Amino acid sequence: MSEHLSAARVALYTIVQKEVRRFMRIWPQTLLPPAITMALYFVIFGNLIGSRIGEMGGFDYMQYIVPGLIMMSVITNAYSNVVSSFFSTKFQRSVEELMVAPVSAHVILLGYVAGGVLRGLMVGFIVTLLSLFFTDLSVHHLGLTVLVVLLTATVFALGGFINAVYARSFDDISIIPTFVLTPLTYLGGVFYSINLLPEFWQQVSMVNPILHMVNAFRYGILGVSDISIGVALAMMIVAVAVLYGVAWRLLVNGTGMRQ
Amino acid sequence: MTQALRIRQLQKTYGNGFSALKGIDLEVQEGDFFALLGPNGAGKSTTIGILSSLVTKTSGQVEVFGHDLDTDLIGVKRCLGVVPQEFNFNQFEKTFDILVTQAGYYGIARKLAAERAEKYLKQLGLWDKRDVATRMLSGGMKRRLMIARALIHEPRLLILDEPTAGVDIELRRSMWSFLSELNAQGVTIILTTHYLEEAEQLCRNIAIIDHGKIAEHTSMRELLKTLHLETFVLDLKEPQTVAPDLQGYPVKLLDSHNLEVQVEKAQGMTALFAQLQAQGIEVLSLRNKTNRLEELFVSLVEKNLEETSA
Repeated sequence: MSEHLSAARVALYTIVQKEVRRFMRIWPQTLLPPAITMALYFVIFGNLIGSRIGEMGGFDYMQYIVPGLIMMSVITNAYSNVVSSFFSTKFQRSVEELMVAPVSAHVILLGYVAGGVLRGLMVGFIVTLLSLFFTDLSVHHLGLTVLVVLLTATVFALGGFINAVYARSFDDISIIPTFVLTPLTYLGGVFYSINLLPEFWQQVSMVNPILHMVNAFRYGILGVSDISIGVALAMMIVAVAVLYGVAWRLLVNGTGMRQ
Repeated sequence: MTQALRIRQLQKTYGNGFSALKGIDLEVQEGDFFALLGPNGAGKSTTIGILSSLVTKTSGQVEVFGHDLDTDLIGVKRCLGVVPQEFNFNQFEKTFDILVTQAGYYGIARKLAAERAEKYLKQLGLWDKRDVATRMLSGGMKRRLMIARALIHEPRLLILDEPTAGVDIELRRSMWSFLSELNAQGVTIILTTHYLEEAEQLCRNIAIIDHGKIAEHTSMRELLKTLHLETFVLDLKEPQTVAPDLQGYPVKLLDSHNLEVQVEKAQGMTALFAQLQAQGIEVLSLRNKTNRLEELFVSLVEKNLEETSA
């Protein structure tokens, strides 16, 4: 039993290491673009436009949008790391290296998800450092902040994995980020408090899971939120459990991989 | 003797209704060098796909060194190394990293993995390419890399699906010698190939698969014994305008200097040369028109086709 556990540990470490090596090797595609994009957001929305908007939620506009922009980077990068890495593994057929080896579906899934979470965290860290050039940032609740960012990155890394399993072409891996994630993120309270919206649209916004994640993270940093933190955490934990179960089942069945 | 592979009534029907395997039985003994031959689409790659968990079988039983594919998949995977037909590694990774990563999937710690990677890269002449991205390797190098990768966990059974396809003759011969050495060290090898000369040179036992069925399953020696007719091409010293009349030997003049002669095994060639000498025809050299195994293979596949059509 311990021999199997030891082998599983080595296999897991190998997959995570391979994933980290991949996104570090292509850093101009993985780490640099979000840093540039977010720097532009800070300059345009924070400095130029934000100075005219004034306060939001009791903070100046730049401080208000920083947590949302960090989360936006984490979500996008956790998702895109797994979807592009696992799809290219399928595309180049190197997924067969994993399938012929005695690696369990749990280890494969954990390895890829950990790779996505690590890229999400690394980009989140870079964006946080960048934000310090534009505003002061103090963390209101460190434990909650870390928990929320970890859960969010895990949810989207799992989502990216499921997308990659079903994807048959490179177009299929950009559909969800373009037509689902980006609109939900922009409408997820990154740039505004939903209290500014009419009652009806506030209720509509509540079904957007990214709103809950952004607000929970903002609460961890600034101590203000439009939604209940308990509900947000419960939603994320349930999402992780459900998506993990689905992804694991797809792997066991060999969907999109085994004939 | 231990059986390296035991297959019973293996069937595979794909989602589109195509029946690739129609209940094959196969046994390979430990230490054997075994050839699995068959025309394109016969079911060879499907069989290998099932063994390596890339294809799900419809029914039947597969055991690798006593480990059942249905109940002990991990045991099967630990015993098995597979060299597929198509390149299936990350084209952006370095050669060395491909091997160490594959070892990691088998739970082999990095230090041991690095030692083995060095050993196999050196044995296969790839050590100086260890830091090169795999997309920069030549076709032959990529094939050797896949062999090194399949060996990194030191499997007891190595399956090679057309490992020398597109490889030049010099490299092919060096791969033959590497595989023979590996087999001599105790690794059981199953080889599929289109180069029948390769199977004849390397393998002791053979199965021919066609239309999802085993058409022949015997030793190479027994199979070659069944060959009754061989075709030779004689290189003539003086040019000829018509084919000479050689009693008992069907002949065909290919061109002025090349004469094709069919010889039955029981006939021998003494009478042939006696008749040629009597007619004043000098022969400079002779060669087999086709590989002996190739003739057998074609006749078996044709026979199988007739039975299937009937």
